[in-house]
Amino acid sequence: MIDFRLEQREHVSPWLVFFAPIGAVIFSLMIASILIILAGVNPIESYIKLFVGAFGSKNAIAETLARATPLILTGLAAAIAFRAKFWNIGAEGQLYAGALAVTFFGTGLIQLPSFLMIPFLFLVGALAGGLLLLPLVLLRNYYKVDEVVTTLLTNFIIVLLVGYLLEGPWKDPMSLGWPQGASVIDEGVLPQIIPRTRLHLGFIISIFTALIIWLILSRTILGFKIKAVGINPSASHHAGIPVIKTIIIVALLSGGMAGMAGVTETAGLKGYLTLDLSPGFGYAGIAVAMLAGLNPIGIIFSGIFLASIYVGADAMSRAMNVPTYLADVIVALTVLSVLISIIMLQFKIVLGGQKRDI
Amino acid sequence: MLALLEIKDISKRFGNLVANDKISFTQMQGEVLAILGENGAGKTTLMNILFGHYKPDSGEIVFRGSKLPAGKPGNAIEVGIGMVHQHFTLAENLTVLENIIIGEQSLLSFSLPQKSARKKLQDLSDRFGLPINPDTIVANLSVSEKQRLEILKTLYRDCTLLILDEPTAALTPQETDSLFSTIKNMVKNGLSVILISHKLNEILAVSDRIVVLRHGKLVGEVVTSKANRTEIAEMIVGGTVNYPKKEKSSPGKEVMRLENISCNPINESTKGLNGVDISLFEGQILGIAGVTGNGQTSLAKMMSGHLKPKNGELFFDKKRIEVFNPKKFMELGVAYIPEDRNIDGLVADMSVWENAVITEISDEKLGNTLGFLNNSSCNDAAQILCETYDVRTQTLQQPARLLSGGNVQKLLLGRWLIRQPKVLIACQPTRGLDEGAIASIQKLILDVRKKGNAVLLITEDLDELLKLSDTVSVIYNGKLSNSFSAEGLDRARVGLMMAGEGFYD
Repeated sequence: MIDFRLEQREHVSPWLVFFAPIGAVIFSLMIASILIILAGVNPIESYIKLFVGAFGSKNAIAETLARATPLILTGLAAAIAFRAKFWNIGAEGQLYAGALAVTFFGTGLIQLPSFLMIPFLFLVGALAGGLLLLPLVLLRNYYKVDEVVTTLLTNFIIVLLVGYLLEGPWKDPMSLGWPQGASVIDEGVLPQIIPRTRLHLGFIISIFTALIIWLILSRTILGFKIKAVGINPSASHHAGIPVIKTIIIVALLSGGMAGMAGVTETAGLKGYLTLDLSPGFGYAGIAVAMLAGLNPIGIIFSGIFLASIYVGADAMSRAMNVPTYLADVIVALTVLSVLISIIMLQFKIVLGGQKRDI
Repeated sequence: MLALLEIKDISKRFGNLVANDKISFTQMQGEVLAILGENGAGKTTLMNILFGHYKPDSGEIVFRGSKLPAGKPGNAIEVGIGMVHQHFTLAENLTVLENIIIGEQSLLSFSLPQKSARKKLQDLSDRFGLPINPDTIVANLSVSEKQRLEILKTLYRDCTLLILDEPTAALTPQETDSLFSTIKNMVKNGLSVILISHKLNEILAVSDRIVVLRHGKLVGEVVTSKANRTEIAEMIVGGTVNYPKKEKSSPGKEVMRLENISCNPINESTKGLNGVDISLFEGQILGIAGVTGNGQTSLAKMMSGHLKPKNGELFFDKKRIEVFNPKKFMELGVAYIPEDRNIDGLVADMSVWENAVITEISDEKLGNTLGFLNNSSCNDAAQILCETYDVRTQTLQQPARLLSGGNVQKLLLGRWLIRQPKVLIACQPTRGLDEGAIASIQKLILDVRKKGNAVLLITEDLDELLKLSDTVSVIYNGKLSNSFSAEGLDRARVGLMMAGEGFYD
């Protein structure tokens, strides 16, 4: 057994702060290359295919950024909640709630000119996501029901509800039997921002949202309250901060972000609601947020990073004949090693130290 | 007398901090040695080195003539050194006898040697005069009985040097006296004792010799019989301490009145309240004496709006209060200093300035209409607070966790006092602080009284209580006694009441 212990660093150099996460990413790519070698192909060549697949052409970049759009929004949903120590694991369900709202209002029920219709769809999508969380946050605040359990389980309920609606009452008769919702009306569809690609206005909106959330968290009274409540709810309460009210606002914002991700996918990427609208964007958002250290600006980059791995891994798997599941492995390894690197920023390993008994 | 324990030139540094700087002293066989010092003086580090939790950078420890291997936990216990910590380490749901045995047994043994253990416990109990019933469940023991059990636990492991860390923190004056006669009795029976404390009176009453630490250095060694109280106090703080004097102040009008208030306990470690009547007057300090856990916390939380009474009435400025909510009480002018300043007071991972302005921010001040924080007014407000209340911090941006206990308390008290409260409810405001900080906090509390406002002071330090208060009530089992004038109040009588005398069930 190697004799070592962790000791708090007295000084953290900025150099280390910058390079530790980058080193962690490189480290995780190295570990993942073991699997690629086991699959019988050259890892360097595979990673080049991955990179080219994600950034190698206008279309690849557009595809990556389109994929990043919902990831940034669900990442924001996780970050704002986790900062207040409100463990919202339900972004997946809230995303579908947003998508349901778009399908309900945006397929003909309401007709507005485009410059009103698009904000309106984002509004109802965000409201749907936020309102889905409201009963859960109230249960937590007043009856101490663990929100990890309730938000997680609500995901299944919503996904099954979507399945029921798309197989039943909301099934589009024009869809040739596929379980999908009616198309969003033209005024509600998010315009493409690069012609003949799938990159749509939602990407700009997600970046804009990240900037607003960053402003709220770092510059406003509400952000101050969220920070205080997240670090020490008891002391905040004693200082007169309305803890419960703050957490309710956090939940509405968090659910709202996830609901917006449902809007970008329904009204932007696909144009209609499907059962496979989200391949786990709600859960991946947690990884995006953790990777960015819960920083909204960082989430823009970690969202694009994760999207590039997913999109690039598709190209890699086609070119090299390795499974796309490698993308999940790389993402998981990256999140783990970045988290470890963040801990190692605070501590250093001292070899040969004696053990402490408690 | 023989040398029992020799501490030789022990040094230990953590980064730039020298926690122990060449400390040397000798404990004689059959002696009560007191180690005195403020928080951070190096007492805990020294004990951790003695018990092998830390390895000293230099120096050695010799016990009964042989060197203790450094940095090996368990060694000190093996040779017969035992320690009773301030916070007990007992399994509450087991009996006294089971608590004695468990640490001794390997995890895989199927039966407990009840019979032999019972006999050994009985012998120790008789020999050292520590009566205890082996079959009582520990949860049903009083604090002083639990302490007795902790001492017996160490004796059971054949300890010959007993270390007591702040042993009187949770005892009534009578229980303290009884502990001291037990200590003297144990020493007569061949035990040696090290007493770690910051209560000077008690040290003078029971120890044979005193060792004083300050900033990691040994600054004085005195034989107790030749010691002088002020001299030692100055040794501890490294200078003179100016304790504030209470000036005359006559009661003004009534600010807050509680009539027959009862409530459920706010948590498991305290009692609720049972028919409590209190009047707080302008310019007066009402002190609440009592052993910790008799309802003090519930009382303070209720009077600051954190806890709604089951029945009874609370009047503020003659108006009946219906809504119990901390924010509402803040607006009325009630300030509350919670007893656990690190849990209920400080947001340790936020900066000093953020902690300084948090109450203002909860009032939606210091921001513009859009809800954006005004950084420069936040900074100014924090600056003013730190200057007014002498909060010593390197920068306003540093994390609040780096402040010393005294500066934390000055910050917490200051951010309430700057709002000019009409009522201050202070719970254990000087607990765990060093003498200099205690003097500053006491002065701030007396200033509230001087300005003509009311104070409710809850403290387990009876000397402090009698010194600061105008009137004193005793709390026992959720009930409150009549109030007495603090002047000329008999300590012994207060002590008996703290133990329940004069309260009906």
